[in-house]
Amino acid sequence: MAQKAGVVVFPGTNCEHDVAGALRLVGAEPIFLWHGEATVRGVDVVVLPGGFAHGDYLRPGAIARFSPVMEAVAAFAASGGPVVGICNGFQVLTEAGLLPGALQKNRTLRFMCTTVDLVVTSDRSALTAGVPAGTTLRIPVNNFDGSYVCDDRVLDELRAEERIVLRYQENPNGSVDDIAAICNAGRNVVGLMPHPERASSKLIGSDDGLVLLRALLAARIG
Amino acid sequence: MEGEVEPLHRALGLTDDEFGDIVGILGREPNHLELALFGVMWSEHCSYKSSRVHLQRLPTEGPGVLVGPGENAGVIDAGDGIAVAIRIESHNHPSAIEPHQGAATGVGGILRDIFTMGARPLALMDPLSFGPLDDARQRWLLEGVVSGISSYGNAVGVPTVGGELTFDPCYEQNPLVNVLCMGALPVERLVLGAASGPGNLVVLLGASTGRDGIGGVSVLASAGFDGASSGGASDQSKRPSVQVGDPYEEKRLIEACLELLDARLVVGIQDLGGAGLACATSETAARGRVGMDVDLSAVVRREGGMQPWEVMTSESQERMLAIVTPEDWPTVAGVCARWEVRASVIGRVTEPDVEEGRRVARLRIREHPGGPVLADVPAAALADEGPRYHRPMARPADFEVRLDDGPERLAPPDDCGADLLSLLSDAAWVYRQYDHQLFLNTVEGPGGDAALLRLAGPGLPPSRRGVAVTTDGNPRWCAVDPRAGTAMLVAEAVANLACVGARAVAVVNCCNFGNPEHPTVMWQLSEAIDGMAEACRALELPVIGGNVSLYNESGGVDILPTPVIGALGLVEVLTGRAPGVGWEEGSTLVLVSPQAPRSRPMLGGSRWAVECRNHRSGRLPRLDLEAHGRVVSFVAGLVAAEVGQGAGLVGAVHDVSGGGLGVALAEMAVAGRVGARIGGIENHLELFAETPSRFVVATRRPGELVASAGAAGLRVDVLGTVGGDELSIEGLLAVSVERLAGRSAGALPLALGEQR
Repeated sequence: MAQKAGVVVFPGTNCEHDVAGALRLVGAEPIFLWHGEATVRGVDVVVLPGGFAHGDYLRPGAIARFSPVMEAVAAFAASGGPVVGICNGFQVLTEAGLLPGALQKNRTLRFMCTTVDLVVTSDRSALTAGVPAGTTLRIPVNNFDGSYVCDDRVLDELRAEERIVLRYQENPNGSVDDIAAICNAGRNVVGLMPHPERASSKLIGSDDGLVLLRALLAARIG
Repeated sequence: MEGEVEPLHRALGLTDDEFGDIVGILGREPNHLELALFGVMWSEHCSYKSSRVHLQRLPTEGPGVLVGPGENAGVIDAGDGIAVAIRIESHNHPSAIEPHQGAATGVGGILRDIFTMGARPLALMDPLSFGPLDDARQRWLLEGVVSGISSYGNAVGVPTVGGELTFDPCYEQNPLVNVLCMGALPVERLVLGAASGPGNLVVLLGASTGRDGIGGVSVLASAGFDGASSGGASDQSKRPSVQVGDPYEEKRLIEACLELLDARLVVGIQDLGGAGLACATSETAARGRVGMDVDLSAVVRREGGMQPWEVMTSESQERMLAIVTPEDWPTVAGVCARWEVRASVIGRVTEPDVEEGRRVARLRIREHPGGPVLADVPAAALADEGPRYHRPMARPADFEVRLDDGPERLAPPDDCGADLLSLLSDAAWVYRQYDHQLFLNTVEGPGGDAALLRLAGPGLPPSRRGVAVTTDGNPRWCAVDPRAGTAMLVAEAVANLACVGARAVAVVNCCNFGNPEHPTVMWQLSEAIDGMAEACRALELPVIGGNVSLYNESGGVDILPTPVIGALGLVEVLTGRAPGVGWEEGSTLVLVSPQAPRSRPMLGGSRWAVECRNHRSGRLPRLDLEAHGRVVSFVAGLVAAEVGQGAGLVGAVHDVSGGGLGVALAEMAVAGRVGARIGGIENHLELFAETPSRFVVATRRPGELVASAGAAGLRVDVLGTVGGDELSIEGLLAVSVERLAGRSAGALPLALGEQR
């Protein structure tokens, strides 16, 4: 039976249909989770897609963390359920305290939509399990606040525990330590700025993102 | 206190004659509110009073046309149960005053025009024109406009897949910000902006109504700028007439409206744009031939003390007007509440009055239901019966003389390579700030000849088809000869579509011109429309929508005539990427063109003449529309075989356009990151002439290509082969690909003062 993949929709989210489509390509059954309902409806994995939740007003993710669905997402994560935040979803996860650090404005101080090369730097996460470290993936980024930042203690921890999951081959935005994706200590919650769903078909330039989405559905984190 | 007080109607932009017409229509003097309604609805922007008599000459019908001009957007049947809606608009005047908000609200407005039709907006394009960037104000305008488009378009969740960037001193005080939107819908969801069913409710959706944008159409868009170096004080005082956009409000409004339309909960729907409620109420009533009672007290306001005329003419953004049956109203209110979209019943549809045996649909405005009538006007008088002017036209006295003063006589360049380099500049700095990938449809994005998208989107039936879009404007061509120049724009647009394998099916236009009270400007407009009509007839293309922006002038000086053509094309089967502009090592380069005796190349209006030599007169190269159609359909067929079946015959393709063969070859070298050895280009005239109907094709099977082009009755010239690290054109230039690429990528950031 197809795994059920919850796709969280806040008002202002705009990548939910794209993520749902890409999840279908790798055999999952996407289910939209409305922000106002405090349940993840029994899904197997949760994805927070990109966009501008609540308009990104105040700052990205700052209002979304208070949406009722986030309590359910936090409980799901606490029970070991795989949770992935893409772009704005990553920003929401940091604001919600499910991942450390924060995303700040790109060093160009401009919005940036381009395709980058990523290197898998840890195969121990819900998004990269079974993808050998050193694998390079060509995946688009699309954000204004995409530069990952954290304090030295967190950075040391992320490095020591191999929780930096993806790094940029050429840092596009000033992220500390070229970080494109990190996971939590439990390795089941992952945030990444690049959009794997935008690399879901060679027709639109790359299907490398499917490698990550397949890994997510296969993920069994003990 | 003697001193003459300006009559109110003049302050509202109405002439004495127009005032007389209004008295005639009403059979009495209008009150202040009524005059305000006429002021905005009879503005140039809303009534097309100077252009309508000319626009009628455009062909508007074709086999696939579902909705032509006059509605919020044109719609064509794209097959597979999918209809495509397209529209183009200008937001020139607001952007000149406040570039960020001006451009942002331009995006918001065009999106509403598309989803009003029931279509989900799927792609935006932005043709932009500014003065040269060596002036700080131009850099401020460009940065502001791009940030406005980026912040609004990205957040509202509609990809910006292309556009154009033009620089000319004529735009210094009056930049052009045009925006095109394409959307798609299941054919059966098509709705029109008409009210019907007396007793039905008139519901205002979305943002509250404030004092922003009052007089946007009349104060701003229907008058020129005073100018006087970097925005005179009187121009700056118009800033309150620029609206402020909120993409988050718009995003929720889009989702709520599409959900209402999907569930068939609305009878009719119309966006609120220029002229606000005045326009939306009178147009829906006039189209449906029904009356409408409006209750102003139900309009939620963002500030106190607003007068009735302010409420009716406010251009506050992110609002829609829906006609809903009383039975469906609770469900409608529920959908809106879920999306956090405000919905208020502000009126009712009424039976038309019967006056002297005629049914007259009247718009009646009250402060409260049952209260005194504040305005009582036939809806059609506002919406349809605005004045139409046959304004005087005059061909410039020196027109013939200027045609004969061609740049072909100018001294040839000492260094063709240097001139070529100076003409290279890509727009990546701009389009990297736009989300151009959302919806996973973008097969060819910005930077190519045309955008190519999968015909897919949430709620659409499955399809293997593709849709292509391009915009083309060229003030250099149109200044030399507005008629021939506009025909060349149409030709260029269909050539661009062919480069991604698409067959053109419809065009829209945005006519950006100067002051229509100047006879030469009216002549330019009339000529441009004739050129457009000729080209569209010859190429069998219906014009399914348009926008006219006049009074693009400053200090009495008009911009160069700048019609912009937006063209829509279809691809039957889209399963692979288009070859694109970048060629590959080892390919043979051929030039495909019509069979015609070689004539001396004409450089009038060319980028080389204007940008390298500041020579703005002469003759355009000849365009044979019939031959053009044949070349274009051959190339479209070649590329369609690539995107449909992966034929492998075409490695790269690019049409010859601005900057001529030289720029086309250089762009292909930069995109392919490899050079080429080219021969057979005689001189700088052949290098830089913008002769239309020509395509450079890179292929590894030249014999096959030459044979099939020959069989199609076309001419094929082998230009050379791809390889090496320089672009070498025998006898004319040799420049390293690295220099070409560096100049192309670096020109815009350098002009903006950014290090690379």
